Amino acid sequence: MGHMTFRGGVFPHRRKRFTRDGELEEYLPKGDLVYPLLQHIGGMAVPVTEVGERVLEGQMIAKASGDISAPVHASVSGIVRAIEPRKTVSGKQIPCIVVENDGEYEQYPATEMKPWKEQEPGEKIRRIRDAGIVGMGGAGFPTHVKLSVRNPKKIRYVIVNGTECEPYMTSDYRRMVEEPEHLAEGLEIVLSLFERAVGIIALEDNKRDAVTALQLAVLHEPRIEVRVFETKYPQGSERMLIYSVTGKEIDSTQLPEEAGCIVLNVETVCAVRQAFLEGRPVTRRAITVTGKALKSPKNLLVRLGTSFAELPEAAGGFAREPKKFVCGGPMRGVALPDLDVPVIKTSAGLLCMSRDYLFKPTACIRCGACMEVCPIRLLPVRLAELAAADKEEEFRRLHGMECLGCGSCSYVCPARRALAPTIQGMRKKLLAQGKR
Amino acid sequence: MEEKKYGWTFPHVKGTMSTANIMRMVLLALLPAAVFGVVFFGLKAFWHILICVVTCMLTEFVFEAFTDRPLAVTDCSAAVTGLLLAFMMPVGAPLWMGILGSVFAIAVIKMAFGGIGKNRLNPALSGYCLLLLLFSDTMRDYSIRDMGSSTLLGRLLQGETVDPLPMILGNTNGGIGQTSTIAIVAGAILLLSFGIIRLRIPLAGTFAFLLTLTVFGGRGFDQLWLTTQLCGGGFVLGIWFMAEDYTTSPVTRSGQLVYGVLIGILAAAMRLKGIEEAIVYAILLANLTTPLIEKMTVPMAFGQRKMIKISKD
Repeated sequence: MGHMTFRGGVFPHRRKRFTRDGELEEYLPKGDLVYPLLQHIGGMAVPVTEVGERVLEGQMIAKASGDISAPVHASVSGIVRAIEPRKTVSGKQIPCIVVENDGEYEQYPATEMKPWKEQEPGEKIRRIRDAGIVGMGGAGFPTHVKLSVRNPKKIRYVIVNGTECEPYMTSDYRRMVEEPEHLAEGLEIVLSLFERAVGIIALEDNKRDAVTALQLAVLHEPRIEVRVFETKYPQGSERMLIYSVTGKEIDSTQLPEEAGCIVLNVETVCAVRQAFLEGRPVTRRAITVTGKALKSPKNLLVRLGTSFAELPEAAGGFAREPKKFVCGGPMRGVALPDLDVPVIKTSAGLLCMSRDYLFKPTACIRCGACMEVCPIRLLPVRLAELAAADKEEEFRRLHGMECLGCGSCSYVCPARRALAPTIQGMRKKLLAQGKR
Repeated sequence: MEEKKYGWTFPHVKGTMSTANIMRMVLLALLPAAVFGVVFFGLKAFWHILICVVTCMLTEFVFEAFTDRPLAVTDCSAAVTGLLLAFMMPVGAPLWMGILGSVFAIAVIKMAFGGIGKNRLNPALSGYCLLLLLFSDTMRDYSIRDMGSSTLLGRLLQGETVDPLPMILGNTNGGIGQTSTIAIVAGAILLLSFGIIRLRIPLAGTFAFLLTLTVFGGRGFDQLWLTTQLCGGGFVLGIWFMAEDYTTSPVTRSGQLVYGVLIGILAAAMRLKGIEEAIVYAILLANLTTPLIEKMTVPMAFGQRKMIKISKD
């Protein structure tokens, strides 16, 4: 199709048909809501409420600590029952605020403010911080930090990442089809911070309905254009997307702003719009609840803090015995051994698989498939060997620190070797030691 | 441990290709040439193929069973080795030679180095090479029916003028599976279309081979002569199926080009010296350079180059 794209990548079955036509449905939680104080990258939020106090929907219950942090808001009205460590998606125990839902959904008054067009950039950034907006695609980097670049004039592109390259996932797609004008408005607000930037909504060429809807919505927005890219995993990875849009390659140590780009997720941009036009913080997000184990997979608008354990029931219950639960997409998602963990700002989906792909790894046959698909042009099999042997020096020399962790190498490996997790394990270990 | 039940690590889906699938596809791709060989050379060709395949698999099984290695014989890679070895044998050779070559290929060249993925030399070629050195007269005696002992290429190298058409179709003497260029290329196209092999090595090899012959052959761009050189001596089988061997060829993209060119040049040089099985030695020599080539052609990682400025379209 002549779209510029990166070399490598894989083409897993998309499996989006389960939910692509399912409109976003609001889901009301049944059990208690659990709000981890750390739903983002950075400092843990600090509770500003006490056990026994009644909180309202949209009320801030924990404030940001420090510059790189984000506040947490209640998504229902109810009584704070506990502030204690609970298990979260990552498997770790993190301090959480537990709220008992009183079922009234009494709203906290919307934040009063000037129309966004009259606000100063600093005010807008503060507003985004106070609304608790973080990168909702999975990374969870606080959006106000991302937007506070040193020199806003150097930003040439604000890219909305609507590629959704993970198989099964359709929540971003539904947002784009159902609320294209909301996305355009949100992007317009972000663009007002960067006077020399154009807004680009990036999609994959399998989402034609969304492309049409968005093109109509941005018809009268001279600064926004819709661009379509090849359907390929990991098209939605930040570094790959920047390359596809601008032709510039950034390495793992560089920020998108060095290539003159800001990359935001669809859900994040919708949250920005909500913060400015409705005066409401992030309390809900769209989630794809899907998988062959479910009777009727759905796209749900879920209140943050809802337990994942409630979601299969909301999607019609199980049709088959579920073998494995994954939070997020099947390529990069996290396996959940225990479903009783809360939905947080970065949870894009729940995948209930009726089959667990467990393969015994066999000997590497040096077919080179991993190298062929690696978007970063690494030699995954060599790096995995080095990581297993703990050879730090050589690992670094072969650019092991550049690994995206997209999992393409593991996906294609005919010997079923766990290449990407091994490389990422080594990479994380070295990063934790503060070595780059 | 409850947690052991789950595949913990991402990705949670896997591609459909497995080692066994790949090897089965390769066997399928070699089928046209095998069928042609049996039809053209008769039942003895079938026995050659069967004996080589069975011996190879049996050797690997015995080796794995007695050294307590995980049983990997079911991935059929030994069958590929056996089939390729049989393809290079002249039909008139005694059957026990196939057994000797197979045992050497699997036990010494493949398993002793650590099994699949660890061998430094191509097993099938090494087995053939051993037989060629030990029994050079028998292994070079390609006589069948009314055809003499030397192949069309052999006659060309002795200075005769030959018509290369039988070498393309296959109705000439030669190794059991080597004679029909069409059948081999058909198999290669199958593998290409499934993405199992890639064009880099064969194209680079063929191009370098033809270019070297054209420049140094003293015949200029003599198409009949070049076609005979290309289709004879197992060059096509070698460059598509044995130079492409995953284990013994470099994994890097540019390394594969270097490797292909190296094979092409070596093969052409040996052909010009009158060696008919030039491709065999060329590939084995190039096998030895693989680790070096790989070391020298580590690709530059994404973002490590200076940022390339591309003007806005």
